Formats: sequence, structure tokens, C-alpha cells
Amino acid sequence: MPGSTLAPPAAPGERSAASVTSHVSGRRGPSLWMLVPAMAFFAFFGLVPLLGTVVLSFFTWNGLGTPSFAGLDNWTTVLQRSATYHALWLTILMCAATFVVQFPISLLLGVFMAGRQRYRAVFSVLYFLPLLFSATAIGIAFKNLLDPNFGLSSALHLGVLQQDWLGSPGLAFWVVILVVSWCFIPFHSLLYQAGARQIPQTMYEAAQLDGAGRVRCFFSITLPQLKYTIVTSTTLMVVGTLTSFDLIYVMTNGGPGDATRILPVDMYLQGFQSNQMGLASVIAAILIALGLTFSLVLNRLSGSDRMESQMEGM
Amino acid sequence: MSVSRRQLLKGAVASAPLFALAACGSKAGQAGGGSAGLSAWALTGGPEQVFKDTFAAWNSANPDHKFTVQYFANDSYKQKIRTSVGSGNGPTLIYSWAGGTLKDYVASKDVVDLTDKIPNLTKRVIPSVLDVGKVDGKVYAVPINNSQPVLFYYNKLLFKQAGVQVPTTFGQLLSAVRTFKAKGILPIALAGQSQWPELMWIEYLVDRIGGPEPFKKVFEQTKGAWSDPAFSKAFEKLKQLIDAGAFGNRFGSVVADNNADAALVYTNKAAMLLQGSWVYTTFTGDAAAWVKQGNLGWFDFPTVEGGVGDKSDVYGNPSNYFSVSAKASKQNQDQAAKFLDTYNLNDKACKELIDMGLVPAVQNIEGQLAASKDKDFLEYTYTMTQNAKSFQLSWDQALSDSQAQTLLTKLSQFFLGQATGAQYIAAMNGTIK
Repeated sequence: MPGSTLAPPAAPGERSAASVTSHVSGRRGPSLWMLVPAMAFFAFFGLVPLLGTVVLSFFTWNGLGTPSFAGLDNWTTVLQRSATYHALWLTILMCAATFVVQFPISLLLGVFMAGRQRYRAVFSVLYFLPLLFSATAIGIAFKNLLDPNFGLSSALHLGVLQQDWLGSPGLAFWVVILVVSWCFIPFHSLLYQAGARQIPQTMYEAAQLDGAGRVRCFFSITLPQLKYTIVTSTTLMVVGTLTSFDLIYVMTNGGPGDATRILPVDMYLQGFQSNQMGLASVIAAILIALGLTFSLVLNRLSGSDRMESQMEGM
Repeated sequence: MSVSRRQLLKGAVASAPLFALAACGSKAGQAGGGSAGLSAWALTGGPEQVFKDTFAAWNSANPDHKFTVQYFANDSYKQKIRTSVGSGNGPTLIYSWAGGTLKDYVASKDVVDLTDKIPNLTKRVIPSVLDVGKVDGKVYAVPINNSQPVLFYYNKLLFKQAGVQVPTTFGQLLSAVRTFKAKGILPIALAGQSQWPELMWIEYLVDRIGGPEPFKKVFEQTKGAWSDPAFSKAFEKLKQLIDAGAFGNRFGSVVADNNADAALVYTNKAAMLLQGSWVYTTFTGDAAAWVKQGNLGWFDFPTVEGGVGDKSDVYGNPSNYFSVSAKASKQNQDQAAKFLDTYNLNDKACKELIDMGLVPAVQNIEGQLAASKDKDFLEYTYTMTQNAKSFQLSWDQALSDSQAQTLLTKLSQFFLGQATGAQYIAAMNGTIK
């Protein structure tokens, strides 16, 4: 709100004049000093640890005693390790796969939930449930459900279910992706629901008058109008997968073998189980670079850094 | 200005964690081993109550030198202790498994030499168990609870049904595996996801084939130590077992932490299990009726034809250990050593351990064991520990943490058929710098 709410009430005409003069006199909005707490926090909890990580990546430290300077040793070790490329490949594969699985489902669910029928509201509540559980609880629950000896497969006696879902290297990776998707589809659906509800009903009415069917409406109105929601949701999906750790750690701990050892898990195991903080910091730095690049590229590609409205007159 | 008020509120909310952080800081300082009082960290579960009682007894007898004790879950402890010791905030008494971690502590001078400070305790505990707490011949860590040898458990019911005898050689084990497999019974339960139970197999096979020497060279970080033929032969034998279907094809998601491997045995799905003595309490706790019917049996790891290893050699955790922090004040160090010498594993503590179905790492307790309700198992593992020509610490504990990671990951790939024994040996040789 322009001007000060503490100012005495004025007549409508006078008021707008006053606000204009206050703008002219140079005081635009709140003082920049208001930013200080937020900036201080960002610096303290965001930038300082980030710099610390980069600095630590040039040291050898096992968590005890004082770190000793190692130059580029950690970087060359990590970059020469075949395990790093394996982890990197798995990470990228996982980003792509989670997108391919989550995007269509959450888009359709979100648009479906945007409808105002009462039964849809009930469905929405049910879809929303996975979002309420903690990742660890979900991990443990799925681990037990998928247990080949005492889980669902032994309870239902179905031949197809008799698999070692999380224990065979070929399967585990895809099972993890499905569980991760199960966890996060509700969240993205929620985004799409909100996005779809923002689309003015008049556009659909106009299109229907022109003889457009449901499918045509979806592709010509809903999808283009959801552009920025898609960008946001995709960025969150990709960057979220880059840092997804908890579910995988609980369900497979990077195993079997190294079948689900994506970069964040690799970083954790290097740092907190092998106690090689230097190597872990290198992997962390790589992850930061990847995450920043991905989100910048996504924003650029979609042109959403300009954030203009697609609706005429809005 | 409405905007500014919201910003202010944000600032206030955001600064709340700062105060919490400050509070944390002071708390960590108190727990530290500096000039403050005596402190100790131990694990929850298992013999936790014995620790509680022992510390309570010391505290009431020494009101001026009381211990504050905190208990942690296994995994969170392992992570917390290293950071705390590294930053000088560790407790006076540091709980550990000795081995590679203890070596690191000694190398960075975080723990004190206890050799001459514990004359009474030295007489009480089993010498081979005390040896594990030594670095360069000096005692830096002392045993504090029960010995945990690794042994075979077997399902007597299934053995009887299949007409299989307890195997004493590797050949017999292999043919037992084939018999069970043919009858549609899982021969051996294995917690493959936890990875460390797989290690027990290669440890024992290497020992039975080449004795304790080959791994000793690895422990001493001799270059090329993994190239000893005992390792490659052990991998050959293990491959035979895996190919014969000894572990089935679903071990990859079985987890030891929730005792899913023991569950396979007491639900009559699997015939055998190679695990630590700590699993015994799982059997008696989770399947009391099944144990009461006399279905649970146990035996030593079989010999390998042509191997030179002694049948009495044992792998496992000789005990858990306490070290005294070098960061503690001189007075606190002395009091902590006095506690270890007089209260740790004293008669009362030992009796409590035995009542829980655990064998304390001390000598001359045959009489007490004979009176226990679990006397068969306790006497068996006690004799096993006492008679062991060598009681070796699990490899993942003995080696440094970074080597242990490669050791476990590569081994799990071997079990899954993704790596060969030769690849494993090459990778492990590569970790010796």
C-alpha cells in the first residue's frame, strides 16, 4: 500500500495526490534496512556454509584433528573416480525419469482437482495424503511393503509381486523413482490445481462457443496458461531430485551395490561414513553447480525470468 | 506501515533459531570434557541398563565426581561422536568398537594411554579381548560389556525334516545347501542390504583357509596385502556357495537392523544363519515359543578342506570399549580411569549382563554362567571366546572408515554378481596407500 497507513484519513482526491508527492520525494516503499535481517540470515546460513564447503574441498580432513591443505588432490580424486560418473549418470537419469513420471500425472490430477465438483474435493484430500507423511516414515513403510519375504508379495501370493523390489540392482532404481513420485505428485498436483483455478472461466466459455471440445480446450487454453506453473513445478522437481536423499538413504542406502547411489547419497556416504570431508565437499560443490545451472537454464528456456502475463489486458 | 511490521515480525521469527542455536552451543559446552564434570556417552538398547546401574553406583559412592551419562542410538552416535571428539567437545569416556576409529583417535592424540592405570581391570578381562583395545602395545580402550562372537544358528526342525547333519567342513556345508535348495527351503538367511553380514562370510573363509595372518597384513597396511592367495581362494569358495543358491535370490533387501534375517529362520523359511551372538536375544525375545520347543541350534564356522586356519578362531566384536578423552582435565582423567578400574565390569555388572543373556568379556565366570537360564548358549559362546586362538575384530571396524566403505560396497556387488573376486582384490589393494 502506498503512503502510510498511520496518516490521518483524507478525502479520496487528496489522498492520491499525497501518495504521488511521497513517491516524488524519493521515499519508495519500505527502507532497505528492512532487508538486513533476511540478508544476514541468508549470508549466515546460506553463503557462509557454501563458501566453507568450497574451501573444505581443498583440504583433507577426517573429522578429527585439524584439516590439512591438499591443493587440488580431492578434485582430481573425485573427477578420476568412476564411481563419481556412475553417480552423476544415475542422478541425471533420476531427474529425467522423475520428470517423465511426475509431470503428466500431476498435471492431469491437478487440472482434474481444479474442477469444483464435490467428489473431486474428496479425491483431492485423498491425493494430498502422501504429502503429510515424513519421508523417513514413507521409506520405512515401503521398505517393509516391498520386502520379498514378509511384505506384500508373500501376503498376496501373486506371482508378479514375487520380486526382490529393492534388492535386485536392475529393479531397485526404478522402484525408488516410483516411490519418490508417489511422494511428490500430490505436491505438484497442488501447484497445477492452483494454476488451473487461476485461468478465467471466460476463456473456456469463449472457446466452447467456437465449438472447442474438452481436449482442444486442454491443449489450447489450459496447457499454455499453465506455462509458468509448469516451469516452477519442473524446476522444483529437477532440483528436488538433485538433492533427494532421505527416501533413498532409508530405503536402499545407495544399494544394492551402487545401483541407487546418486550424487547426494554418494556425498553423504563419503562424508559421514567414510569420514572424507574433503572428497564429500567436492561432490557437494559439483551438486551446487549442477543445481544452479539447471534452474537457471530452465528459467531462461521458458522466458519466465521476464514473467509477463499471457492474458490480454492483465 | 503494514509492510514494515510484517518484515519486523519476520525478523523476530527468523532470529528465534539464533537463540536456540546459542542455547545449543552452551549445552554442548557443558557436555564437553573440558574443566566441567565427568561425562560419558553410551548406546541405547542391549546392556544399557547395566551401564545405568554401574554409573549410578559410582555416582552415589563418589558424590564429588559424578558422571553425567547420555545414551544414543547406534547410527546417530557414530556420527555425533566423531564431530564431538574432533571439535574437542567429546565426553570424558568415549564409547567405541576400537579398531580403525581408535587408531584415528590415538593418531590425533584425542585419547589417553591407560596401560598403567587399570591394574585390576587388566586381571578381570579376557586377554585377547583387551588386546583389541591396544595401539602400538599400549592400552587406549578397555572392554566394557559383552563379547559378541559370530557363529552359525540353525533351524533344528528343518535340519531334521531334510535329514541334514550339522556341517563341520565346507564340503558338508555345500552339500547341505544343495539338499535344502532341492527341498525348496532357503538354505541360508543373509541380510544383504545391511552389507556387513556379508563380511562375516569372507572373514571366516579367509581365516579357515589361511589363518589370521593374511588379514593381519591388511590391518598393518602392507602394500599388496590383499593379493595373498587366501583371499582369492576364499572368494572362489564363496562363489561356489552363491552359485549353489545358498542365499537364494532375495537377500538384497533383507535388513539386519530389524532382524529380518533371524525372522527367516524362526518362521521356518530358512535353515541357517551366520550372525553375531547378539541375535540370540532376538530369537528368545521374538520367537520364545519356537526356541522353547528346542528348534534353535548353533555351531562353529566349518573348516575348509586344505585350509590351515584354526577351527577355534573367532570373528566378531570382542566387546565395546571406553577410552578416556585427552581433552578432559587431569583430575577427570584420573577419576575416569579409576571408574574403569573398579566399577566397570565388576562382579555386579557381570551378573547383570549374564542375567540378560549376554556373556561379559571377563574371566572365571563359568559358575555364574552355569546358573543362568540361557546356560547352553552362554557357555557355548563363552568357551568359544575363551578358547579362541585369535578373536578378530570385524574388518569394517578394524579398517579405517573410508576403506570399510569400499570393503562393504564392493562385497555387496560381489554377492550380487556384479563384481568378481579379482576385481574386489584389486579395488582393496588400491585403498592401501
